[in-house]
Amino acid sequence: MTDSVHDMGGVDGFGKVEPEPNEPVFHEKWESRVMAMNRAMGAAGAWNIDMSRSTRETLPPVTYLASSYYRKWLLGMEDLAVLRGFIGRDELAAGRSLRPGKPLKRGMLKLADLARVLTRGSFTRPTNTAARFKIGDRVRTKNIHPKTHTRLPRYVRGHVGIVERIHGTHVFPDTAAVDQGENPQWLYTVVFDSRELWGDDADPTLNVSIDAFEPYLDPA
Amino acid sequence: MQLRVRALETILTEKGYVDPATLDAIIEAYETKIGPHNGARVVAKAWTDPKFRQALLADGSKAVATLGHVSRVGDHLVVVENTPQQHNMVVCTLCSCYPWEMLGLPPVWYKSAPYRSRAVKDPRGVLADFGVTLPKDMQIRVWDSTAETRFLVLPMRPAGTDGWSEDRLAELVTRDSMIGTGFPKEP
Repeated sequence: MTDSVHDMGGVDGFGKVEPEPNEPVFHEKWESRVMAMNRAMGAAGAWNIDMSRSTRETLPPVTYLASSYYRKWLLGMEDLAVLRGFIGRDELAAGRSLRPGKPLKRGMLKLADLARVLTRGSFTRPTNTAARFKIGDRVRTKNIHPKTHTRLPRYVRGHVGIVERIHGTHVFPDTAAVDQGENPQWLYTVVFDSRELWGDDADPTLNVSIDAFEPYLDPA
Repeated sequence: MQLRVRALETILTEKGYVDPATLDAIIEAYETKIGPHNGARVVAKAWTDPKFRQALLADGSKAVATLGHVSRVGDHLVVVENTPQQHNMVVCTLCSCYPWEMLGLPPVWYKSAPYRSRAVKDPRGVLADFGVTLPKDMQIRVWDSTAETRFLVLPMRPAGTDGWSEDRLAELVTRDSMIGTGFPKEP
């Protein structure tokens, strides 16, 4: 879901940032289990990273805002495991398995394969298309509002920026999230003048960039 | 929460999807091995080795992979350099994208609504929450991590550290200085 509260860039009213001195890696033990389960299930091929994000984004807005980070991960993971047919709601209610599991694409993550989750995978994929834009090109982000996952934040939609870097062709989250394939697309860093985004009163020393997939962009 | 999480782990384990011993090892790695000290080594090396600095800015993943003592790094690491003219800051407005291999798991504030909402609009206000002030005419560049690229800020080397070893320099490099919400410690 695209137009939801997870897309926070530029929203006012959330208050001050509160850094925590000497913050522990986890505040509660269960947080670490949630993190590890999510990594292990991802490594086993139960789902991809875009499906995880998409599921968290579809939590009810009130739940999303009221939940801690790892609570969102837990709720998202429960939903996704059910949605992908790995577990049933009845099993969640029972707190135990009621039927055998189904095969995992890459098999259960074993201790010996730990390195697979500790190093990020590559998202670069080959394509035979040429890049539509080059460094220095002026581009306008599309004004899109898909009902499914996208990585184009609202605060940049419809605005003009400059292509600054070209990162090659990467897995396209918008299709990967809905199990429609990796559909590789050119990826660019596009930089925007703050006044283009926030109006004449914006901090004139500020520039903001996003990493934008080619389908998000038109020539300007 | 503890009970609910335990229930899920029980189900996933009974169904043969996860192995609790593997989960323990993942947690241990993030609690003990993978943290900001990895990024600090990279920064200290860049401060002392101009060739490495150049390689790091050209291709972060490739350059880090040449350092045996730092944990392996995945693709798409982009290192951006602070200069007397420009300060860089990293955010993920949509979720929590963060260079885990360099900095470990992100702190709560990085994943929080106040940071994610304001960093792209009022970075000076955000920096004030960290007690950080930048000169008025300093350019600020905010990198919103909206794809699988991961950004690491290369902070400026503190004055008064001439001749320091890499190990000693690494101790000055703070996590926040590599996100762009702080500076390295003063010698």
